[in-house]
Amino acid sequence: MATSSTVEPTRRDFLFIATGAAGAVGVGAVAWPLISQMNPDASTLAMASIEVDISAVPLGSIMTVKWRGKPVFVRHRTPKEIQEATSVPLAELPDPETDKQRVQKPEWLVVVGICTHLGCVPIGQAGSRGDYDGWFCPCHGSQYDTSGRIRRGPAPKNLEVPTYSFLSDTKLKIG
Amino acid sequence: MSGPSTYVPKSALGRWFESRLPIAGLIHGSFIAYPTPRNLNYWWTFGGILSFMLVAQIVTGIVLTMHYTPHVDLAFASVESIMRDVNWGWFLRYAHSNGASMFFVAVYIHMFRGVYYGSYKAPREVLWILGVIIYLLMMATGFLGYTLPWGQMSFWGATVITNFFTAIPLVGDAITTWLWGGYSVGNPTLNRFFALHYLLPFMIAGVVVLHVWALHVVGQNNPDGIEIKNVNRDAVAFTPYATIKDSFALVCFLILYAWFVFQVPNYLGHADNYIEANPLSTPAHIVPEWYYLPFYAILRAIPSKLGGVIAMFGSIAILAFLPWLDTSRVRSGKYRPMFKIFFWAFVLCCLGLGYLGSMPAEGGYVIAARLLTTYYFGFFIIILPLLGIFETPKPVPASIADAVLARNGGAAAQPAE
Repeated sequence: MATSSTVEPTRRDFLFIATGAAGAVGVGAVAWPLISQMNPDASTLAMASIEVDISAVPLGSIMTVKWRGKPVFVRHRTPKEIQEATSVPLAELPDPETDKQRVQKPEWLVVVGICTHLGCVPIGQAGSRGDYDGWFCPCHGSQYDTSGRIRRGPAPKNLEVPTYSFLSDTKLKIG
Repeated sequence: MSGPSTYVPKSALGRWFESRLPIAGLIHGSFIAYPTPRNLNYWWTFGGILSFMLVAQIVTGIVLTMHYTPHVDLAFASVESIMRDVNWGWFLRYAHSNGASMFFVAVYIHMFRGVYYGSYKAPREVLWILGVIIYLLMMATGFLGYTLPWGQMSFWGATVITNFFTAIPLVGDAITTWLWGGYSVGNPTLNRFFALHYLLPFMIAGVVVLHVWALHVVGQNNPDGIEIKNVNRDAVAFTPYATIKDSFALVCFLILYAWFVFQVPNYLGHADNYIEANPLSTPAHIVPEWYYLPFYAILRAIPSKLGGVIAMFGSIAILAFLPWLDTSRVRSGKYRPMFKIFFWAFVLCCLGLGYLGSMPAEGGYVIAARLLTTYYFGFFIIILPLLGIFETPKPVPASIADAVLARNGGAAAQPAE
C-alpha cells in the first residue's frame, strides 16, 4: 500500500491517526490523576484559614502563629517603626511597595515569616533585627525593614502579606 | 580471554539450560573471560567499589525501612528507636548514613579518574553521560534520604532545596506546592520523599546495568588512553586479574568505611539533626551534606536567586557536554603536560568550593567563591576547548604493551607479533 504515490489520504491513514489520538487522550487521562494526587489534599486545604487573638501582643513585639504549616509574623509596631516604614523613598527599595499597600491598620503588620530567597525563617527577636529594624535571615543574610520589605541581600521580594481581615479590634482572621 | 563466544558449559544440565537462557555465558563473557587492559591502575577499582556500595546501601536501607515510620510526628522518634532499641539498629543506621558518604567519596574519585584519563572521549560519550545520570540520581537519593530522620537539618535542608523551584518564573510556586503537597514542607512531603528514596536506588541499579553494558561494548579506557589492539599482548582476563585487584582495593576501602562507622559515625553529620524538626525556627547556619558543598558554594556565589539556581544546576549539567568541550585528540592526561596543570587546579578548585560551601556566605568567602566558580566554568568552557588547539602533547606509545614494557625498562622495540 505504501507504493501508491497518490496524495489522497486513505481510510487506513484516518484509522491510524484516530487510533493514535484516542491512545494519547487515554494516556493523558490516566496520567492526570497520577500527577494531581501530589497537589495539596482536602485536609490540607481545610486548614487554610485560622483565627488569632492579638490582644496579648505588647507594643513593639512580634507574635508568631502557624498558618498552613508556615510561620506568620503579627507585629505590633511602635510609632517609630511606622515612621521608619513610611518615610523610605520607594526608589531605595529593591521591590518597591509603599507601607500603606502592605498594612490595613498602621500599628499591625501581618507577614508570612518565610524568607523569599530560599524559605528560611528570618529572625525578629529584639536586638537581632538587622540593619533596618525588621528581620534578619540567618541563612543567606537577607535584611527586611519594619514593613517586611527586602532591603539588602539575595532575597528578590518583600515578605508576603497573607490574605487577612480584622474580625474585631483584637481578633484577626488569616487566610 | 577471547570474548563471550568460547563459553561451553561443563555439565549436561548446564548445556540444557544455556541453550534456553544463556545467562551463564553472559556472566562468563562479562566478568570472567572479558579482556581488560593490562595497564589498569588502582584508580580503576572504584567502579567495583561503587557497585558494592550500591548493594550495601540497598541492603541496609531495606532493613531500616522495617523500623522507620514516615510521619512528621513519629519519624524522629522512630530513628531514635532504631538507634537505641532495634537489635544492631545503631550499626545499620550508621552503616547506611556513612555508606552514603563513602558512596560519594568513591564516585568523586571515579569521576576525577574519568576526567584525568579522558575516559569520556569517543567512543565512550554515552558511557560517560550514563555516569552523569547515575550521579544526578545519587544526589537526588542522598537529599531525599537526609530528609527522612526529620531533624532540623533534614527539615531546613528540604525547605531550601525545594525552594530552588520557586526561582522558576511564572510556574515556580505552583510546582513547589505540587512537590510539597501543601504550602510548606510537611507530612505529605515526608511521605513522598520516603517513597521516592526507596524507588531511586533501583533506578540507579537500572542505569548501572546500562553503564556496564555500554562499558562492555566500547571496552575500558586505561591510563595510557590507547585502545586494545592485540588482545593477547594488550589485555588480561577479567578473572582473576581484575577481580583480585578490585577485591583488594575494596577491602582497603572497607577499612576506611569501617573506621567511620565504628570510630567517628557522626563526624560527617551535623549536630543540629539530632534536634527534631521545628518549622518555626531556622538553625543559625544551614549546611548541606559535605558532598553537595561545592554546588552550594556556587549557588551562593551568584547574587541573584534565579541566577544562583541556574549556575548550580548548570555546574552539574555541563559535565554531560564534556566529551565535546575537550577538543584534544590525545585521550589520557598522562601525555598532556598543560592539561595536567589545569586538571589539578580544577581538583583544588572543587575542594576549595567545598570548603567555602561550609562557611557563612559573607565577606571574603563570597569573593573567593566567585573566583572559584569562574574557574570551575572556565575550565569547561574556555580552557578545555582551547587546550586542544594550543597544547603540544607528548608522543603516545603505539600500543598498551609498548607503554607497559617501556615503563618497566624493557625495550619498546619488541617485535610486533
